[in-house]
Amino acid sequence: MNKLIFGRYLPMNSWVHRLDPRDKLTLSFFFFILVFMANNWETYLLLSIVTLFSIWMSKIPWHFFFRGIRPLIWLIIFTVLLQLFFSPAGSHVYWQWGPFLITQFGIVNSAYVFMRFLLIIAMSTLLTLTTQPLDLANGIESLMAPLKIVHFPVETTAMMLSIALRFVPTLMDETETIMNAQRARGVDFGSGSIMKQIKTVIPLLVPLFVSAFNHAEDLSVAMEARGYQPDTPRTHYRQLVWHRQDTISWGFYIVVFIGLLALRQLP
Amino acid sequence: MAITFKGVTYDYQAGTPMSFSALKNIDLTVPDGDYLAVIGHTGSGKSTLVQHMNALLKPTSGSVTIGEREITSQTNNKDLKPLRKEVGMVFQFPEHQLFEETVKKDIMFGPMNFGKNEVEADQLADQMIDIVGLPENTADRSPFELSGGQMRRVAIAGVLAMQPRVLILDEPTAGLDPQGRTEMMAMFNRLHQEQGLTIILVTHQMEDVANYAKHVLVMDHGEAAKYGTAEEVFTDVEWLRANNLDLPIATQFAHQLTQRGANFTTVPLTTAELAQELARQLGGKRHE
Ligand SMILES: Nc1ncnc2c1ncn2[C@@H]1O[C@H](COP(=O)(O)OP(=O)(O)OP(=O)(O)O)[C@@H](O)[C@H]1O
Ligand SMILES: [Mg+2]
Repeated sequence: MNKLIFGRYLPMNSWVHRLDPRDKLTLSFFFFILVFMANNWETYLLLSIVTLFSIWMSKIPWHFFFRGIRPLIWLIIFTVLLQLFFSPAGSHVYWQWGPFLITQFGIVNSAYVFMRFLLIIAMSTLLTLTTQPLDLANGIESLMAPLKIVHFPVETTAMMLSIALRFVPTLMDETETIMNAQRARGVDFGSGSIMKQIKTVIPLLVPLFVSAFNHAEDLSVAMEARGYQPDTPRTHYRQLVWHRQDTISWGFYIVVFIGLLALRQLP
Repeated sequence: MAITFKGVTYDYQAGTPMSFSALKNIDLTVPDGDYLAVIGHTGSGKSTLVQHMNALLKPTSGSVTIGEREITSQTNNKDLKPLRKEVGMVFQFPEHQLFEETVKKDIMFGPMNFGKNEVEADQLADQMIDIVGLPENTADRSPFELSGGQMRRVAIAGVLAMQPRVLILDEPTAGLDPQGRTEMMAMFNRLHQEQGLTIILVTHQMEDVANYAKHVLVMDHGEAAKYGTAEEVFTDVEWLRANNLDLPIATQFAHQLTQRGANFTTVPLTTAELAQELARQLGGKRHE
């Protein structure tokens, strides 16, 4: 569990860490659109370079970053294999066995899917590694502000989101503690037959749920005790400020966008 | 069952930028039948240390030998069950581990995992409910309906029911009422005396250390800062003060008397010892 870094924050002080969360959120979203616009190896190369450059700017150690997303590689490989075996016929067929066939089209296509997956995972990992959960929630709230016009409960949603994000690490720690406590009582997690393994879930999940409900109850009492009301306007302790480097980073991605448009024209 | 630490270092999140060294080069021997108290301020590595004693954590470097088993960073996670049966562990806030429908079933969970059949486990559970001082009618209630202190007792009963030979207690009485605390500590001591149970107690209660422990280990920033008998450790008042550690009340009192000119050959640790020593010095009659 500790190996996976997807969705975690790594406190450091780099240019990327200091960017405005709204900037990073919109840029990531823009990047995903670019990924789906890529249509040949030149464009994928360009986007890969952009990703590597962004990671480099964040000063996160390479080995840490790539070891961290390695557990996700199985998910990617599974999808890619599906692509590879079940692509439609219609181009050169290399290999066939019953309904499975590998075509030239299939190979190229699955290579693209692989790249797409990798780029998106790398970029979203970078986003969460360099942005504190609370800043993320603030950024989302600020970006959703226009929805207030249609009476969408933006602030409540943001509050729910930040509470959820806030408790992810807590619950992860608690899972670990409870697992250890049950191990000490003779539970073998992750070994034995399937039936045995399913049984080990109960001593883990029941205490975890109990503790999650307790947290929720404590928190709601604490919030009410301090006068929280969901639909009053509120201010933020930490104000989001758009700096020059935020504009610069957007400028950089616009240039990438133009480059991508040009490369798309290549045969 | 003796436990030996040889040059044990433990890093949380080893190999990442967040790596944090919670234990640094620990050498320690806990002889069979010992009663060891581990003290030190919060975050000094006490819980990390004791979790090595039943292989819940494996040393990043160095080795831990528990009875015949040697645990190093290379040790496989399988086959640790026999070890965990011998070394019972009561975690900090153990009430978080309860999950069964009834108190009794929860207590039976450990022994049944370690190969006891239902009848034996049932008997053990009845016995333990009695030992930890739970009212008998709690046996068939849900553990979640009980008070915090009662839940604590259920969890402790669940570990005792495994009949371990070594018992690790990580702040077992934190948050209990004074009477419950005294009862609980006396109960552990009885098990230690009568069944020769080796006990390792992590605590902030210096009175408990003074009353029961044979040896004391002081942890400080992941290092074993001091080790010795309770008398040895509590003699060095200045050092303890400098490290923000308390003294047992009797020792504190004696220390204050010393500063006003009194003289003690051995440091009294408990009120009884202090009273006796004072009575002797003041020429009174020896009490009982
Ligand atoms: N899962 C973890 N990940 C990272 N660091 C941890 C983890 N658990 C503990 N630590 C760190 O290791 C150090 C020692 O923690 P430990 O729990 O052993 O302290 P302790 O002496 O038991 O404290 P307390 O008296 O509060 O129980 C602390 O600085 C803590 O921040
Ligand atoms: Mg602790």
